[in-house]
Amino acid sequence: MAIFSLWVINKAGGLVYQRNFADGLAQLTSNEYLVLAGTLHGIHAITSRLSPTGSSSGAQVIEGETFKMTILLTATGTKFVLLTSLAEATADLVLQRVYEAYADAVMKNPFHTPEMPVRSEGFDTRITSLIGTGQP
Amino acid sequence: MQQPHPRFSVLSGSSLSSAEHLSPTASSTRFSLPSATSINTALGTPKPGVRPNIYDRNLNKTRTSEVSASAFAFLFSEVVQYTQKRVSGINDLERRLNTLGYRAGTRVLELMVWRAESSSKAPKREIRFLPALMSIHTQVWRAVFGRPADAIEKSVENEDEYMIIDNDPPIERHISVPKDMNQLSCSSFTAGIVEAVLDGLGLPARVTAHHTPTQQFPSRTTILIKLDKSVLEREEILK
Repeated sequence: MAIFSLWVINKAGGLVYQRNFADGLAQLTSNEYLVLAGTLHGIHAITSRLSPTGSSSGAQVIEGETFKMTILLTATGTKFVLLTSLAEATADLVLQRVYEAYADAVMKNPFHTPEMPVRSEGFDTRITSLIGTGQP
Repeated sequence: MQQPHPRFSVLSGSSLSSAEHLSPTASSTRFSLPSATSINTALGTPKPGVRPNIYDRNLNKTRTSEVSASAFAFLFSEVVQYTQKRVSGINDLERRLNTLGYRAGTRVLELMVWRAESSSKAPKREIRFLPALMSIHTQVWRAVFGRPADAIEKSVENEDEYMIIDNDPPIERHISVPKDMNQLSCSSFTAGIVEAVLDGLGLPARVTAHHTPTQQFPSRTTILIKLDKSVLEREEILK
């Protein structure tokens, strides 16, 4: 029951925010995170075309043996990705709150350039108060 | 040709005396006034089917209405970005925000006094400095932000300095200033409002905003009011 990490991917596929919480995933270099985020962006686009019943959004949950990845796609094309343990049930709710925090602390910040990496202290503080250490 | 008041020519170079700038009939895509032509009609019974324009509306009607904080946050964020592109440094940015706040402050004072005193039997106005400061601390803050400010202080080093403290200024709630600009206080806008109210009451002063965070309140801001010498002299005489 842990939250491992949070990624925010902009509409072009670039990683704009990445942060780790609980231990449990391998530590990667920032370059590797950028590559992974770009790959995920591509996969998400492909999965939105694979639906047998017509148009659909892309993948929302990807599960592995030891972790689960929940993706929230917003109306503007920004993706919020939460990597959690399999047992974590609140991923969707947490992502909604992260989206709210993003809309407040990042979008309303005049010192943030849209689609660029997020360097707002306000966002960091709100995520910390929201997720904390990732362990309940 | 008279020089325009320096406070009123913030961003455009045009002087106030050029009438085409303000004429509603000149086609300009920047100002979209609904029913612009009715500004020129006489006040009185509006024609049936024509909605009364904003200038004829009762001022007390929107007394208690509130503006969406998110809408204002986006607007203010754009104001700061727009100003930042046109200035050369932090001081200039603060000065421009101060001027914009000044323009809002003159209107705040008028509206506040009209609403507070128009219904009372004996309207009065603050002429001494300390009651004026108290009224700024409560009434102006309440009119603009919906709650009174947190503290008033008097400086011990200088006779002419007073401070209003706000522990969580609403206009700065979503702003995160980068580390290399951490002397900037976007509350210079609020300082401009206070300066306009003081000027309107006949107590000229220089008002600036300073970011003074504490452990408990990381966005605490101090509005520093430095009174003009003429005000101090007048206070002495009236004492």
